[in-house]
Amino acid sequence: MDKLINITHAFRVWQRHFTVYRKLYKSSIAFNFIEPVLYLVALGFGLGAFVREINGVPYINFIAPGLIASSAMFATASECTYGTYVRMTYQKTFDAILATPVNIYDLVAGELIWGATKSVLYGSIIAVVISLFGLTSSPAIVLIVPLLFISGLIFAETAVIATALVPGIDSFSYFFTLLLTPSFLFSGIFFPIDTLPPIVAKIAFFTPLYHLVNICRAFSTGMLNTVTPDIIWLIAVAALLAPYPFRLMKRRIVQ
Amino acid sequence: MNVITANKLIKDYNSLRALNSIDFEIREGECFGFLGPNGAGKTTAMSIIYCFMPPTSGEVKVFDMDVLKQPSEIKSRLGVMPQDNNLDPDLTVLENLILYARYYNIMKKDSLPQAWKLLDFVELREKAAVNIQKLSGGMKRRLLLARALINDPDLLVLDEPTTGLDPHSRHAVWDQLGRLKSGGMTLLLTTHYMEEAEKLCDRVAIMDSGKIVKLDTPSNLMQEHGGHLEDVYMKLTGKSLEG
Repeated sequence: MDKLINITHAFRVWQRHFTVYRKLYKSSIAFNFIEPVLYLVALGFGLGAFVREINGVPYINFIAPGLIASSAMFATASECTYGTYVRMTYQKTFDAILATPVNIYDLVAGELIWGATKSVLYGSIIAVVISLFGLTSSPAIVLIVPLLFISGLIFAETAVIATALVPGIDSFSYFFTLLLTPSFLFSGIFFPIDTLPPIVAKIAFFTPLYHLVNICRAFSTGMLNTVTPDIIWLIAVAALLAPYPFRLMKRRIVQ
Repeated sequence: MNVITANKLIKDYNSLRALNSIDFEIREGECFGFLGPNGAGKTTAMSIIYCFMPPTSGEVKVFDMDVLKQPSEIKSRLGVMPQDNNLDPDLTVLENLILYARYYNIMKKDSLPQAWKLLDFVELREKAAVNIQKLSGGMKRRLLLARALINDPDLLVLDEPTTGLDPHSRHAVWDQLGRLKSGGMTLLLTTHYMEEAEKLCDRVAIMDSGKIVKLDTPSNLMQEHGGHLEDVYMKLTGKSLEG
């Protein structure tokens, strides 16, 4: 980055997205919110009747914390792919913003922070829901909020990179089908990944979702001492990925 | 005093040279027009001036600041009315103005009176609470003009301000731009309407294939080459403007 980000300008972009979201959330919240609850009920009760327990935990209690993580991931990923793409192309919102004192790096920073905010919002909603279901056993669950933000940055960075590279909006189906869905299924939400061939566990280690699932599960039971490596992993990867959305979006937007 | 100075300005898109070493100066308080058909380089020149695109080479200064070094400072004193509608479709007319003002760090208590004043100016006061999607093309264009003025700019940049408008809406926009000009604002516009250039511009730069082929006042150009600007353009470039 050849110029620093102006945080006030980035916040203005965040504020614009928040303003629009507040007007529209009622029509879209179901997509991110009802789906995890469906998984919880269908698999928790349905499959749970056969599986009963994993590692001594009732099956529905086993999967519930992981759904905090997946809900956060999908909310941010759809925001920073479809949402960002629509703002960049069809709505030309970016052109409007870039004609003001806000510059391209401020704009990208605003997109990333807003994307991470969606992780916090949608992860927290599920955390509240599963707590109401009585599926958490520790007040430490509130500590996931800052970690949802950090992992949210990774999801946002990855999605914005995809947005900067796709030729058109239809290409996002590759991003979801080839990256997010496998990550959703093999990150230890529904079964411990050490029951699978070792290669799967190795691949899972490289997905942010796997680490976030570990953290959510540990925090919902109060076992905080096991997740330090996962937290370090998230912080390191969020920092490592950071330059790319800026560079690639600049290349895409400013010719 | 010059508001904009461009020296040997070149812009390449990959292998295409969109601007081929152009020079111009725009003075304070004047209305300056880039005139030419699509693809002549007008929009490219404009987007370099409002710091959207960097020049490939050459120097552009706006308010004596380099577009590459102080884009935010330049943009804080500019108003830009784009060619395409890029209003926020999910917001109302008034919300669009208030939200846009925030990018300039103008908070609601200051932007609200300014927004009402501008809605009066573009005759959209009664539409303040209406969603953007319910506005006609002419109303959207007028709102874009109001939005470009929300930061009380020293220079207003207008890209094809009346393209696609019916004659009535076009005259309404001309009338509003005329009033801004008599208020002392510097205007820079692109157009391919001769009538627009004759009516509004103090000086025009006639552009063809990335070059300025002639820069003068409309009346000088017409005196020298006869007839209307339309004929002047034909004479200078051998092309019709509508083509």
